[in-house]
Amino acid sequence: MKFMEPKVSFSEETLKLSEKIISHYPEGRQKSALIPILHLAQAEFGGWLSVEAMDYVAGLLKLKPIEIYEVATFYTMYNLKPTGKCVIEVCRTGPCWLMGAEKIIEHLEKKLGIKAGETTTDGKFTLKVTECLAACGNSPVIQIGEKYYVNMDVEKADNLIQNLNEGMRV
Amino acid sequence: MSIKILFENIDVDGIDSFEVYRKLGGYNSVEKALKNMSPEDIVEEVKKSGLRGRGGAGFPTGMKWSFIDKAPGKSHYLIYNADESEPGTFKDRHLMQYNPHLLIEGLILSCYAIRSNTSYIYIRGELMYVMRILEKAIEEAYANGFLGKNILGTDFSLDIYCHPGAAAYICGEETGLIESLEGKRGNPRLKPPFPALNGLFGFPTIINNVETLATVPWIINNGGEQYAKIGIGKSTGTKLISACGHINKPGVYEIELGLSVEEFIYSDEYCGGIKNGKKLKAVVAGGSSVPILPAELILKTAKGEPRLLSYESLSEGGFETGTMLGSGGFIVMDEDTSIVKNLLTFTRFYRHESCGQCSPCREGTAWMEKILNRIVEGKGNEKDIDLLMDIANNIEGNTICPLGDAAAWPVQSAIKHFRDEFLIKPEIV
Ligand SMILES: Cc1cc2nc3c(=O)[nH]c(=O)nc-3n(C[C@H](O)[C@H](O)[C@H](O)COP(=O)(O)O)c2cc1C
Ligand code: FES
Repeated sequence: MKFMEPKVSFSEETLKLSEKIISHYPEGRQKSALIPILHLAQAEFGGWLSVEAMDYVAGLLKLKPIEIYEVATFYTMYNLKPTGKCVIEVCRTGPCWLMGAEKIIEHLEKKLGIKAGETTTDGKFTLKVTECLAACGNSPVIQIGEKYYVNMDVEKADNLIQNLNEGMRV
Repeated sequence: MSIKILFENIDVDGIDSFEVYRKLGGYNSVEKALKNMSPEDIVEEVKKSGLRGRGGAGFPTGMKWSFIDKAPGKSHYLIYNADESEPGTFKDRHLMQYNPHLLIEGLILSCYAIRSNTSYIYIRGELMYVMRILEKAIEEAYANGFLGKNILGTDFSLDIYCHPGAAAYICGEETGLIESLEGKRGNPRLKPPFPALNGLFGFPTIINNVETLATVPWIINNGGEQYAKIGIGKSTGTKLISACGHINKPGVYEIELGLSVEEFIYSDEYCGGIKNGKKLKAVVAGGSSVPILPAELILKTAKGEPRLLSYESLSEGGFETGTMLGSGGFIVMDEDTSIVKNLLTFTRFYRHESCGQCSPCREGTAWMEKILNRIVEGKGNEKDIDLLMDIANNIEGNTICPLGDAAAWPVQSAIKHFRDEFLIKPEIV
């Protein structure tokens, strides 16, 4: 282990929150806090997990960096490269597909001029496809941040992007 | 109207607050249990109720609890499985979002029953907003003396923590969940040892579904025998069915087990019939993993009896002509649906969610997706269908956890019941 100043670090407040999370698990089991703390890291460090961010979390939890990389690459919610300001996730699994999710994805790809998985050149939007979000009764579903937008269709999705573009808070 | 156990008060304004919940009799079962019942009494009542796990496998809950190693001096854990990621399933989210205190009440009773002093709610990471609702409810329960040290002045203490995942279906599988809760990749463990003997941090652990434990307060208030009178045969009680797809009224319904599928689909009390007056083509009755059935077999068994929403009736005929109740994710497809394209979305899901430990599942799901893509593009042939079936047959039963089976069954059943459709020209498909 090298003793270097980390390139990134949590704010006072986030640090306190991390300590609280770590206290939920028995002594010596601080690794359990990894997934919740990676969520904090992603939120605090610009919506994605850089190697620096992961190494910082490793130091915080007294783990080897590889233990963080292993986990960060397993779970779909962690972004391993920078994203647009607004990440649009469209559910594509059976129930949403039955109700027209595919058309919405095609439409958004065209509208934003990118393929699913890509980010617009102005850095505003990242379009992602995602699997069932446990809201199939209101399909098709789009998730942006913590919020679900339900009973979507091409027109509603279109308006949503329009509003976001005009600076709606998400 | 059938009896409501989980949804009794779900529409009451403010039911998500401790005050309103308590006023309507919430947490009474905890008072009753902690003051007048031993942990063994609780296990006994739950056994008598016939309650079966609502997470998919239908294992008797009371029996599961009696397996736990209660050796003194050892920690025990109870994990609330709120990972809900099986496509078509959205009942647990509904319950957590609208009636969070019911879950906490159920959790307290269940922890007392297995003498656990620490419990984790493992909730899928996409549902952060639901986790905040639960956290607020937990805080209120602490503030009112139903959680924490010496609950209601007894020597029983309990702490509950919420733990978010980060999007991985496999973490709903109980040992994948434990790995994830230990801060690792969600790779399922070989069993035995079963979690009841060696689970979280190496200690005895029980994992139960949200809906399962939310049922326990009613059982303690009214008695296990009373619960067993509801439902049909060994399918006692009520079940939440989340209905979606081409129906007029998608949503989560609490049904008494034994309700006929026909009534569920067509009655206005439930799904309200097929959208736009179309005909029913097929149903996936218990979440994406269970075999798909064509209209005639979901409405009636091969013997010609009405098909009922119960563990036994849905599996009548085995996988030849039947299916499973599973998680209660009820996906309805109308006459215009392409069974093959729908299947492709499922297979793609399992390929995406395979943890990659077992070759048959990791490679097989990817091969199946590739072949299905070929078929959907109109480039498939008879041999592709046989190959698909062969791959599915070789995944089934050959993996550490049942995700492999879950990936195989939709493919096998779609071929069994809709083989002709696999070779229809793409413009019609
Ligand atoms: C791939 C896979 C995913 C699963 N996902 C869930 C889930 O999201 N929620 C759940 O309660 N059970 C899920 N299960 C079932 C659990 O392993 C376990 O049987 C269940 O939580 C036990 O609770 P119960 O007895 O109350 O049903 C899953 C199983 C498998 C194989
Ligand atoms: S399939 Fe999209 S929310 Fe379930």
